[in-house]
Amino acid sequence: MKAYVYVSLKKSVLDPQGKTIQGALTKMGYQGVEDVRQGKFFEVTLDGKLGRDAAQAEVERIAREVLTNPVIEDFRYSLED
Amino acid sequence: MAMKFGVIIFPGSNCDHDAYWAFKEVFQQPATFLWHDSSDLQGCDAVIVPGGFAYGDYLRTGAIARFSPIMEAVRKFASTGGLVMGICNGFQILCESGLLPGVLMRNKNLKYICKPVHIRVESTDSPFTHSLRRGEVLEVPIGHMEGNYYCDEATLQQLQKQDRILFRYSTPEGTITPEANPNGAIDNIAGICSEGRNVLGMMPHPERASETALGMTDGVRILQALVTSGTLK
Repeated sequence: MKAYVYVSLKKSVLDPQGKTIQGALTKMGYQGVEDVRQGKFFEVTLDGKLGRDAAQAEVERIAREVLTNPVIEDFRYSLED
Repeated sequence: MAMKFGVIIFPGSNCDHDAYWAFKEVFQQPATFLWHDSSDLQGCDAVIVPGGFAYGDYLRTGAIARFSPIMEAVRKFASTGGLVMGICNGFQILCESGLLPGVLMRNKNLKYICKPVHIRVESTDSPFTHSLRRGEVLEVPIGHMEGNYYCDEATLQQLQKQDRILFRYSTPEGTITPEANPNGAIDNIAGICSEGRNVLGMMPHPERASETALGMTDGVRILQALVTSGTLK
């Protein structure tokens, strides 16, 4: 089983890296880009010993307690068998 | 009255020996190193969380370091009023550990900045600033990629109301301006203390300004305050 965890900056937090990328895209002539936010992506391979519900709870705990800093970041995740 | 100083070594710390040297050789205090994998503070009166790149800054600066056994001991030590000083990466680690509020984000200009800056002393009500003058300006170097202090509005108001902002980036004359802010830190914050005032986090490096041979000596004023803080009690 795999867990995919996406960590992004909260809407209220400025993202200078995203802004820089957005500026570069516009300068390079790409059309239609309004905003870019940069984040992190984690692919976590689970050993399969936990049931789906327990695995989900564990992934949520990992994401909340380790992978994100709650002061500035939010996360979402998905599980795949 | 001598104080015993403990300087933590994480894998990737690189200002540990500088801090050790400052307390041991410049101030002639008992000093020891504390290994990250131990939870023994060896009876130290003050713990220094030094600068560097603990655990390679992987995940986020300070994010892995906060889970080390020594930090669990530091949390307990701080909760009973023990003195803790985090410098640069040490500040980042203290924020991740929840010993100080907020977070140090990537510098606004996305560049690593290494240069002397000016900081204004905002409060003398702490063991780290008691012998300084409010409003005085110190020249101390910074060297960081993530020094852009950020916290939410409610936290900022609390820091201001409780007089917990100890240092702010200023001009050499002591004016707080956007130009004097090297990294985009909210409210020009360079250093803050905990609610109990016994935990300090600051981005500038006082230990890099502690001897004439280093070219700058204003850092002595801050370290001296800590060394003599035992007389406050």
